[in-house]
Formats: sequence, structure tokens, C-alpha cells
Amino acid sequence: MLTRNSADVIVVGAGVVGAACAYYAARSGLRVAVLDRGSVAGGTTGAGEGNLLVSDKEPGPELELSKVSAELWRKLSEELPPDIEYEPKGGLVVASDEAGMAALRDFASGQRRAGVTAQEVPADRLRELEPHLAAGLAGGFHYPQDAQVMPALAAAHLLRAGGDRVRLRLGEEVTGLLTGASGEIRGVRTAVGELHAPYVVNAAGTWGGEIARLAHVALPVRPRRGFVLVTEPLPRVVRRKVYAADYVADVASGSAALQTSAVVEGTPAGPVLIGASRERVGYDRTLSPEALRRLAAQATALFPVLAGIRAMRTYIGFRPYLPDHLPAIGPDPRVPGLLHACGHEGAGIGLAPATGLAIARSLTGGEPPLDIAPFRPERFSPAA
Amino acid sequence: MARTPAELVGAQPGPPFRITFDGRPVTALPGQSVAAALWGAGILAWRTTRVGGRPRGAFCGIGQCYDCLATINGEPNRRACLVPARPGDAITTQEGHGRAALGV
Ligand SMILES: Cc1cc2nc3c(=O)[nH]c(=O)nc-3n(C[C@H](O)[C@H](O)[C@H](O)COP(=O)(O)OP(=O)(O)OC[C@H]3O[C@@H](n4cnc5c(N)ncnc54)[C@H](O)[C@@H]3O)c2cc1C
Ligand code: FES
Repeated sequence: MLTRNSADVIVVGAGVVGAACAYYAARSGLRVAVLDRGSVAGGTTGAGEGNLLVSDKEPGPELELSKVSAELWRKLSEELPPDIEYEPKGGLVVASDEAGMAALRDFASGQRRAGVTAQEVPADRLRELEPHLAAGLAGGFHYPQDAQVMPALAAAHLLRAGGDRVRLRLGEEVTGLLTGASGEIRGVRTAVGELHAPYVVNAAGTWGGEIARLAHVALPVRPRRGFVLVTEPLPRVVRRKVYAADYVADVASGSAALQTSAVVEGTPAGPVLIGASRERVGYDRTLSPEALRRLAAQATALFPVLAGIRAMRTYIGFRPYLPDHLPAIGPDPRVPGLLHACGHEGAGIGLAPATGLAIARSLTGGEPPLDIAPFRPERFSPAA
Repeated sequence: MARTPAELVGAQPGPPFRITFDGRPVTALPGQSVAAALWGAGILAWRTTRVGGRPRGAFCGIGQCYDCLATINGEPNRRACLVPARPGDAITTQEGHGRAALGV
């Protein structure tokens, strides 16, 4: 059997999270092999939107992670080519009535204490920010730190920017983990052969639980389905990322039932993206007209002009979620040499850089960019 | 002697009618698509591309390629190869996405 020993670390998964891990590890001087059974961004990364949001996060570990990431994305936008379509466009959350406005005010004041910039926008000023917004809204909050990237291109350029130290192996599925006498990681097994390295990073997204299982440890990552509606190409009709107040409640909800609260944003390519729905139905890829109907109805309620615009297509993805809606990031104390970087649910694009940097720092023994204890991968096992 | 497709199939179309292309009159036959009527009048391009502003007209002719998009009676992005011509239709050259008026 073919054995190769040319990497300091093996990253399983070439989505945006694996790409960020590879980028920061390579920048720290490590030689990285990135394996994916499919193509770059062929998983959930190629099936979502590219919102980099702080606005939808309540104070807590995920907000901290997204604040560090927001700053890293800003730096990455200078280090990577403009093709990643980074747009620091800001977000606008609107409320349809006074009760909704009161809830937003409450939410924003907690976020402000955690360092988020949130500016109240009275009803009569909403259209200065978004001229096409519907009439009769009660007001909103402007979040200048929200931004956007094109996720598939961002993942690809992160991998490329890793330079010679990043070796990409596509179409190679990891089917087993190699371990030594005391259970420590020695590499991975694929259909092609064995690849040796003292560290393996599980960046397999929604399939991260399966990689953990290969190491005989539990990590309960599950899929949460989402649809995105794509309109015909338009000039700039929507300037920011605009969504209604209910979105935040939907994101935080653990319910399995279908939830939709449209987030509307333009793209440099022209189409407006309307996303996304959330429901727990396993890996069912059946088109859901009800999810699409609701997304369209909510988007046209926010922007009546969209009622005269065609939706060209829709796509579907499966967010990797863990029971407490936080990702798993860091070394697994149960398996020396195994690190996890998965389970980012609906925010993996936004959270990728801080995740990647934290993993790189773990590998090189450096200071993590923030406290990653809340993301301990072993937190779901009964013994922990 | 050159024979037209209508002669080849022995078609007996109803009386011709007028549509306009960028304001100038074009003759169409009942059942003809907008693209066919424009081609019949020697017009091959009725859209410019979004990025390079290059000319575009019908390519596949069967609704698959979306190259033939035109603004028909003020509505952009109609596939001219699929839309039947109707008396009085106003076809206009579509610039890019044809939605410039919505830009903010
Ligand atoms: C509809 C929708 C909208 C979204 N919108 C946003 C948004 O606006 N902002 C945001 O931040 N996030 C958003 N997300 C979430 C975001 O897309 C994900 O959190 C993120 O893409 C996860 O990235 P990843 O790299 O962890 O996983 P993935 O991109 O899925 O990458 C994992 C990779 O691992 C590979 N793999 C799995 N098993 C193996 C194996 N055994 N061997 C080899 N390779 C393997 C897979 O092929 C895959 O390519 C959205 C998601 C959806 C579905
Ligand atoms: S020419 Fe191809 S769609 Fe009309």
C-alpha cells in the first residue's frame, strides 16, 4: 500500500473552514495536506450565502468568535484578491411594529455592551438607507460591521494563498484514521492509500460526526436544511443585508419545523439572494415549494419592487449544527493529534477565519485569538 | 430556387401584422416568435451584454441558452425565441440586465 509522509498536518475538508485552517497553518510555517472527497467548496460552503454577520448574534461565545472573524475577514480582504467579493456593506434589521422595535432595542443594547456597533434608525430615515424598502415599517437598526463575501471563491483563494505549503488532494475520501500504540493520530487512510501526519483537523462540516466516529469518539453534528432563492441579475437594488427582526429568533431556535425569515442582499454578479429557510429533515434534497413561497413572500414584503422580478433558480444546503448551536473547535483530549473545526451551522463563512487561526495556534502552541473553551469538542460526551 | 420554411411545410398563415423594433416597424406572421420576426427583418441582435456591452440575439432558438433576452412591451428578460409575436408588440434593445431604472 502506498504511504506518503509529507505533511505536518492533514485537514479533512476543503470547505471554507478547512481552507481557513490550511491558510493560517501554512502561514505559521506548517506543511498542510488538504483532502476532500469532492471539490473545493463542494459541500455546504458552495450552497449558502456569504453573510458575515455580527448583527444576528447575542452576547456570548459565538459573538466573540464572529467579532474576531470580522476583523480577520477585513485583513483577508487586503491579502486575498478582490475576486472574493468582500463587501463591508453593513446590515439593516427592520421591525414592522413597535413591539418588534422594542425587542430590537433590547437585543442591540446587549450587543453594544459586547462591543457591537448598532445604530437605531427611525422609521422616517429607513429609506435613506434603503430606498426600495416597504412603507409602514416601524424602524430598524443599522449594523455597520456586517459584511459579505462570495464563499466558494473565498475558500478557493484561501487555499491558493497558502502557497507551496498547502497540498490539495481532491476526490480523495478519508475512510479511516491511523493511530499509534497509545491511540495517538498518525495519519489518515483513503481509497488511494495512507497519508501520514501527526495531526488531523476534522473540517468535514456537516459530516464532521463521521470523521469523529472513525476516531471512535462522539461529535453529534447534524444537518439543518436551507434553501436560497436567486433572482435575475439586477443593478444595485438592495444596498446592505436587510432582514426582519424575526430572523434572530429563527436562528437561535432549536425547532425542527420549517422556519423562514428572509435575509435579502445584492451580489456583485447582479442577482439578489433571498435566504434562507431552516428545517431539520435529514439530508432530504426534495424541493420545498412551501419554503420557497415563504421566502419570496417575506422578501417582497420587505422590498415590494422584487414582486416584479423573476426568481431564476434556487439551491439547497445542509448546515452543520451541534445541539448547543456552537461549533467544535480545538484539540480533542480523547484522541491526541485530532483537532476539530466543524459544526458552524449557519455562520461558518463568517466564523471561518477565527476558527482557522485558533486551529493554527493550537498546532504551533501559540496563544489562541480568543478563549476557545466554550467550543470544546468533547463537551457532548457524558464523561466530559 | 430558394424556398422559405413556410413554403416547405405548405403553411398558410393568416394575414401579417406589425410589431416594432426600437420604434421601427417590422412585419410578423401569426405564430411567429419575436426572434423569428426580427430575423425575418434582418435584425440579428437585440441585447447588449452586461459587462462588455457586446451584441446578442438568438443562439439556440429553443429556450435553453437565454442569449435572446429582449425587452418586450417594457418587460425585460423575455426569451424572444419563445414569446409569440402579437400585433402591436414593442420590442426594444435590452441594455445589460434591462433593469437600470431600479438602481439605487
Ligand atoms: C442555505 C444556507 C445559507 C447559509 N448562509 C450563510 C451565511 O450567509 N453566512 C455564513 O457564515 N454561513 C452561512 N451558511 C453556513 C455555511 O455555509 C456553513 O457553516 C459553512 O459552509 C461550513 O463550512 P465547512 O467548511 O465547515 O463545511 P463544508 O463546506 O461542507 O466542507 C466540508 C467538506 O468536507 C468534505 N468531506 C466530508 N467528509 C469527508 C471525508 N470522509 N473525506 C474527505 N472529505 C470529506 C466534504 O466533501 C466538504 O467539501 C449557510 C448555509 C446554508 C445551507
Ligand atoms: S435563443 Fe436560446 S433561449 Fe432563446
